[in-house]
Amino acid sequence: MSESTLNLGNVILVANHLVKTYRQRSGKFGFGTTLVKALDDVSISLREGSTLAVVGESGSGKSTLARCLLQLQPLDSGEVFFDGQDLAKLDGASLRAARKNLQMVFQDPFASLNPRMRVGQIVGEGLLIHGLGSGVEQQQKVIAMLKRVGLTEADMQKYPHEFSGGQRQRIGIARALVLKPKVVVCDEPVSALDVSIQAQILLLLKELQVEMGLSYIFISHDLRVVRHIADDIVVMNQGKVVEQGSVVDIYQQPKHEYTRNLLAAIPGKKMANA
Amino acid sequence: MTVTTALLQLEHVSIALKKTPSRLLVNNVSFAIEAGKTTCVVGESGSGKSLTALSVMGLLSKQLQLITGKVLFNDGDAGVQDLTLLDAESLRKIRGAKIAMIFQEPMTSLNPVLTVGYQIGESLTTHLGLKGDALKIKIASLLEMVGIPPSRANSYPDELSGGQRQRVMIAMSIACEPRLLIADEPTTALDVTVQAQILKLLDALKTRMNMGMLFITHDFGVVADIADNVVVMFRGEIVEAGTKDQVLNNPQHPYTKALLACVPDAEGKKPLKPIDYAWLPENEVAQNVQVAL
Repeated sequence: MSESTLNLGNVILVANHLVKTYRQRSGKFGFGTTLVKALDDVSISLREGSTLAVVGESGSGKSTLARCLLQLQPLDSGEVFFDGQDLAKLDGASLRAARKNLQMVFQDPFASLNPRMRVGQIVGEGLLIHGLGSGVEQQQKVIAMLKRVGLTEADMQKYPHEFSGGQRQRIGIARALVLKPKVVVCDEPVSALDVSIQAQILLLLKELQVEMGLSYIFISHDLRVVRHIADDIVVMNQGKVVEQGSVVDIYQQPKHEYTRNLLAAIPGKKMANA
Repeated sequence: MTVTTALLQLEHVSIALKKTPSRLLVNNVSFAIEAGKTTCVVGESGSGKSLTALSVMGLLSKQLQLITGKVLFNDGDAGVQDLTLLDAESLRKIRGAKIAMIFQEPMTSLNPVLTVGYQIGESLTTHLGLKGDALKIKIASLLEMVGIPPSRANSYPDELSGGQRQRVMIAMSIACEPRLLIADEPTTALDVTVQAQILKLLDALKTRMNMGMLFITHDFGVVADIADNVVVMFRGEIVEAGTKDQVLNNPQHPYTKALLACVPDAEGKKPLKPIDYAWLPENEVAQNVQVAL
């Protein structure tokens, strides 16, 4: 199972044969149960310093994949190798320690920030939990990170509701990156934002990737966005990987019908290339 | 008053908070919508595009007021009337029957404790007085029209997917065959594939029923797919208006250009660019100061 980890030296995260099944109540009064396969034998690998995009419609299992990679949800079976250890087999304490290097940026910037915490606390919480540095050092790290994502020191004292959607997503990114992680899972980080703000956030993510040597897993349903940020793509449909390959291959020679449908659905096909 | 053939004509509409009437949230907005045509209003969040749409329906919240302006609606038999002057009673007769609206979030705009069939039927009963079997048949045909099996009429909104819910919203809005359909970001919350289906459906319905459509969006990609005419709004004002071809292929205003430039393309040829505000007078001054320093 681990031959792929051994062969490719520069692979940072490998997931093999992930399976996750949900029970759904069905039938009259919900007495019956049906099993929904959210992940059906999914295997992916993330190269160091690159961006792997996972695309698919809602219900295709891409968010489940994101959560299962970070063990935010237990897997039914399968293994996730990061840094030489199988995350699926770690106990609570070692998993928490490993998560210092595995961070996540969530989809909805309005729901993923605690409205009763100040921005400084939100961004600094990870440092506190992992006990990195003294209080003063933590403060300085938070300030530096906020500045890096385009916010100011004064913003530390504010609450999330005082910010716009784009700014909140910057806070979410700062929270994930202040720990200097190696892998960041971005679950639809720009879908809730205006098109005009999307580009700013994508560029910020790209810059930070180069600066901090990050590897991204980028979950999205928008193939226009993916084209600009990803190196490799995994296309998912109904819990299965239907196609994977480099960005250029997938966009120019989509092999699977589902991929072709996704590409055909991109809005603005009629738009002249201005 | 000008004699117009337009279905809807907004003239010098300005909206402000009651508390601060001097600060206009929508400033002197005028445009027209013709029957059987789609006018897209494009802008970022906060540009006043939703407020403009709400003012047409007379649905502005209590804290807001229409400072000036006319909303002239060509009601066929009843002739042209200014919607801003109508009382609540007459407005109710127009809403849902002559002008219908689709809201952004299909998840939150449907009532979770009523079946979708009932919700579609509501306006039919109110405006057309349909009852019993006639109502059921009409609801079934509407569901079929938007591509949902008629047997789903007894389903509750939570039993439907996001795309299906938006289809139900569309079925509700076209139930009384309105002359004007206002769609406020109807596809923003949806997946690309579902978005493409919904856009196609709206376009087909518009042609079939010869509706005028006011379509609000922030995505120029969607505009390219559906619009006949385009109105670009920025900070409450219209900065550019014209046909789709003019605005997309030959944009005049720097804001339109900036907004177009930040739409990512599927080919990846265009470099990703954040929105550029350098053309704003205040930024130009700032730049000059920097240069001088």
